Amino acid sequence: MHEMSLAEGVLQLIEDAARAQEFSRVTTVWLEIGQLSGVEVEAMKFCFDAVVRDSIADGARLEIIAAPGTGWCMQCSQTVPMQEVFGECPQCGSHQMQVTGGTEMRVKELEVA
Amino acid sequence: MCTTCGCGAGDVKIDGHDHHHGEDHEHGHEHVHADGTRHSHGHGHDGDHVHDHDHDHGHGAGHDHQHRYAPVHSHAPGISQKRMVQIEQDILAKNNAYAKQNRERLAERGIFTLNLVSSPGSGKTTLLCKTIEMLNGKASVAVIEGDQQTSQDAERIRATGAPAIQINTGKGCHLDAHMVGHAMEKLDLPEDSLLMVENVGNLVCPAAFDLGEAHKVVILSVTEGEDKPIKYPDMFRAATLMLLNKCDLLPYLSFKVDAAIEFARRVNPGIEVIQVSATTGQGMDEWLKWLEVGARDTATKKLATVDALKRRVAELEAQLGAR
Repeated sequence: MHEMSLAEGVLQLIEDAARAQEFSRVTTVWLEIGQLSGVEVEAMKFCFDAVVRDSIADGARLEIIAAPGTGWCMQCSQTVPMQEVFGECPQCGSHQMQVTGGTEMRVKELEVA
Repeated sequence: MCTTCGCGAGDVKIDGHDHHHGEDHEHGHEHVHADGTRHSHGHGHDGDHVHDHDHDHGHGAGHDHQHRYAPVHSHAPGISQKRMVQIEQDILAKNNAYAKQNRERLAERGIFTLNLVSSPGSGKTTLLCKTIEMLNGKASVAVIEGDQQTSQDAERIRATGAPAIQINTGKGCHLDAHMVGHAMEKLDLPEDSLLMVENVGNLVCPAAFDLGEAHKVVILSVTEGEDKPIKYPDMFRAATLMLLNKCDLLPYLSFKVDAAIEFARRVNPGIEVIQVSATTGQGMDEWLKWLEVGARDTATKKLATVDALKRRVAELEAQLGAR
């Protein structure tokens, strides 16, 4: 979804950091993307390449750190792994689940020159 | 351009005005006011004409960083000095900062704000018009309309007598908190009122963008598939309430209401559901009741904050007096 807007958000964060930290070239960008964030990694890579063209991150490598999805099962009263936001509890099969982790969309770090 | 939804930046207009991030506004234009009246004028720059732009542009959390390493041969000629910079910031940090500002401004004035989301054609605008009509002046309602193009929806709302502002997102597939903040300024919202934001018809992208609303309300019409909640789970997970619209058509369709509700609860166990028809008025009383409760809670919270502030002022004055 909306990977274009997200890629633009990433570039804004990079440009803000470049002003504060005085670097002029970004060679690698690490993004943490949760499994349940709804972000399509391939679309993100495609949009990122398009958005950073002619910017300080032109040609930068995009590394994705996947964060696993987790949810709280109300039946089992414990945190269990979740593959999808409407996933079922792997222990009891219930859909009474609240997502607790895996919705991250963060710029973690940059390799700059 | 986004391969998923075709969204892109630029071309945003708020009631015909160009909307840019961090740039001056265009001068010389036609105004359409929230009440629908229009007039054109240009702004001259001779003399001491000053434009005040009263909107804080918040930024996200501070830039936390540290330099982790420099390559051993960093001073060798011809080899650039690479280093690592930690960012640790949410990609949506900017939008979230604007949303927080909007939420604070709305809370201060006791304005109950809903972000209405759905696919195109679910009947959002008709439902809004009917809601305003049935409220019949019992509560003051203002509307922010989001569409890629045209101001037809804002005009439909204005025809009910309620003020409305149209945001055209151009190529954009959703409203963001920055656009909504500007639209709020233009609406001059009264205290303890209702603000309805009708998002761009899209069941995907608006889910991720907080506008500063109290709740997202997702509208699913029974002419769509009952499995939409599991096809587009992010939106149904982000919503507090699902309005099942066009229920007057159920006798003519094979839509299974129970299945739709079951699917919605599968992605969001806590979601509330109201079955309505904007055409016949079925279920509208329950929806109006829901609005009334939300508006009352918002107004009560505002009073509690005001009272707390007054107590604090009294305490400080007493301390000053004791000196």
